[in-house]
Amino acid sequence: MVVAREYKYMCSDPGQELIRQDIRDHQLDRVVVAACSPHLHDRTFREAVARGGLNPYYFHMVNLREHDSWVHTDKVAATEKAMDLVRAGVRRVRWHVPLERRQVAIHADVLVVGGGIAGIDAALTLANAGKHVYLVEREPTIGGHMAQFDKTFPTLDCAACILTPKMTAVRSHRNITLWTYSEVRRVEGYVGNYSVTVCRKPRYVLEDACVGCLECIQACVYKQAKVPDAFNLGLGKRKPVYIPFPQAVPQVVVIDPETCIEFKSGKCKKTCVEVCAERNAIDFHQKEEIGTIQVGTIVLATGFEVFDAARVPYYGYGLYPNVYTALEVERLVNASGPTGGEVVLRDGRKPRAVGVVHCVGSRDAHTNRYCSRVCCMYSLKLAHLIKEKTGAEVYNFYIDVRAPGKAFEEFYNRVAEEGVYFIRGKVADLYPADNGDGQLVLQAEDTLLGMIRKIPVDMVVLSTGLEPRADAGEVRRLFNIGCSSDGFFLERHPKLAPVQTFAEGIFVAGCCQGPKDIPDTVAQSGAAAAQALALIDAGVVELEPNTAHVMEDACSGCKTCVPLCPYSAISFVEEKRAEINEVLCKGCGTCVAACPSGSIRQNLFEDEEIFEEVDGLLAYA
Amino acid sequence: MPETFEPKIVAFFCNWCTYLAADLAGTSRMKYAPNARVVRVMCSGRVDPQFVLEAFAKGADGVLIGGCHPGDCHYQEGNYKALRRYELLRRMLNQLGIEDQRFRLEWISAAEGERVKTVMNDMVEKLRALGPRVAAKRREVA
Repeated sequence: MVVAREYKYMCSDPGQELIRQDIRDHQLDRVVVAACSPHLHDRTFREAVARGGLNPYYFHMVNLREHDSWVHTDKVAATEKAMDLVRAGVRRVRWHVPLERRQVAIHADVLVVGGGIAGIDAALTLANAGKHVYLVEREPTIGGHMAQFDKTFPTLDCAACILTPKMTAVRSHRNITLWTYSEVRRVEGYVGNYSVTVCRKPRYVLEDACVGCLECIQACVYKQAKVPDAFNLGLGKRKPVYIPFPQAVPQVVVIDPETCIEFKSGKCKKTCVEVCAERNAIDFHQKEEIGTIQVGTIVLATGFEVFDAARVPYYGYGLYPNVYTALEVERLVNASGPTGGEVVLRDGRKPRAVGVVHCVGSRDAHTNRYCSRVCCMYSLKLAHLIKEKTGAEVYNFYIDVRAPGKAFEEFYNRVAEEGVYFIRGKVADLYPADNGDGQLVLQAEDTLLGMIRKIPVDMVVLSTGLEPRADAGEVRRLFNIGCSSDGFFLERHPKLAPVQTFAEGIFVAGCCQGPKDIPDTVAQSGAAAAQALALIDAGVVELEPNTAHVMEDACSGCKTCVPLCPYSAISFVEEKRAEINEVLCKGCGTCVAACPSGSIRQNLFEDEEIFEEVDGLLAYA
Repeated sequence: MPETFEPKIVAFFCNWCTYLAADLAGTSRMKYAPNARVVRVMCSGRVDPQFVLEAFAKGADGVLIGGCHPGDCHYQEGNYKALRRYELLRRMLNQLGIEDQRFRLEWISAAEGERVKTVMNDMVEKLRALGPRVAAKRREVA
């Protein structure tokens, strides 16, 4: 050890300059920085070391902050631990060898998964920048949840009016390949070079042949629509051949094999095929198609799921017909919804009193602890719309009204001034009123008045929260990213890398990362697109050199390592023994640990380096 | 000599889950026992049984390996390899007189800062109760 220096902000420019100066003044050949986590500043200091004229890998970072000073209260013991950690780092770095980062080219094409507003916006941004985008959407149309909304808070823009132009832009953009009714099945490769297998589910209608005339729907042997319509959450009905909603993109019908007579019995008159005539777009024998695409970067925008209100049984969802979820009411107030925009109860009556129950499936220890962020605002919006359409008295039962966005508080004040009632209290019970009007009583403790309120209403709106998709776990494994404890996808850093993930080249946008409103979603998808563009336009990406390699002379050819590699990077060459393909190796080091003769080595994690680290930690044990 | 026995633990944490969880515990200012020192490896599958033996040979009272939950490994299945080795090594260590409590494998995801705290505290507590290793005790007598 030649020089030890203490400086408060080593990562600052003057701090880095200290390192460079010391390398020059003392002809240093190794550097250790004991500061924060290497996940934060490993790269910063490596670059400083490189600017000082040393190989950047003659450097080791010791984590004294996250792993020591921030987590211990016993100062003496924490200092001893710090000394052990620094000693281990100093002993380790002696064994470091100069390494080169590998450069790999970035494939310019991008995959965007999910065709809600987040995916649409990211895809358009990337396509406008001249990149080819594959937009893969699971449903038969893009649009996502936003397409189901009526108005958007706080401006009350019509959701369809602002979304539809973007949807059609996706369809007509020459740089976008749109695959709806499709799912990603497999992801292989690494940043810059992902190989993605996509399954295109059969919609039993040829996308290229269908012109969207919808005559087949008219002609279907079902004269009445009988199947609950998912887009309208079962409030409306559709036929076995259908289009999810009038503005769907692509304008291509879908046949549901579960309900179509031809699929069930094979004895249908097939009036749909008749009317389709020479267009010949209907194909009952369509099979799923599997395709593989090469992309360099991926944006995940897989969205959210609405909390299942039946999980809170005392709110009576599914039991009392006049208890609705907010999304259902969203369809009721929508002019293209199942009631043509009339807010009516299931029996056709107009409600005279409506209760809105906030925080259903949010801010609740029994369901989700987090705040879903959008429910207060959409509850205010629905309260306004219901009052406007029906003149009903609207009662909001809230814990806190959270209106922290641009023009949100003003909207809250406006709705309050319009005469919507606000009762600060969580609804504890909901039961039928005994007045014979078929009303429901909402019971809550008004915590401002300090009394129990029992308010009879005709209609209850449950402001359900946002949850991760049911298959978010499988999806994140597919793309090799993590999730936070609430189940939403985990960003690389909550503040400084909010759209990046721990899988390089894979970005997240929208509600798959956490509940957020449309403005935040669009901002985030723009950020994800920009991050992808930064990688693509750089043309190459540098990979950490922590790959494994075989010492040919020492390899005995036992083949223990070959099946261990999850990336099939190890092959067995008769004359040369085991051989590792550096491009395929991702640097886990599993083969290194398994090699009985110690003839596989891993850059940055050499046996000697780790042994020295362990010995350094235990020097005074 | 401190009044209560303070075990020294060497922890091998994988870069993508448990190391990050320990970082999260740090940024969240959780407080736990200062007995463990973390060695970062890319994957729990990188933990060579020799690292564990080296730690015990050099006087560690316990060794903790932290990896991603099954199915969540950043390298697909390195944690299963770690599990396999752990089971074999644990039996061997038993034969050398090193008790089960001294050698632990834990799955801790990047989001589970709290779990780093509970596992660390729990292991320290158990090792305190267990006392120094027999071999170490003998060395002191000699």
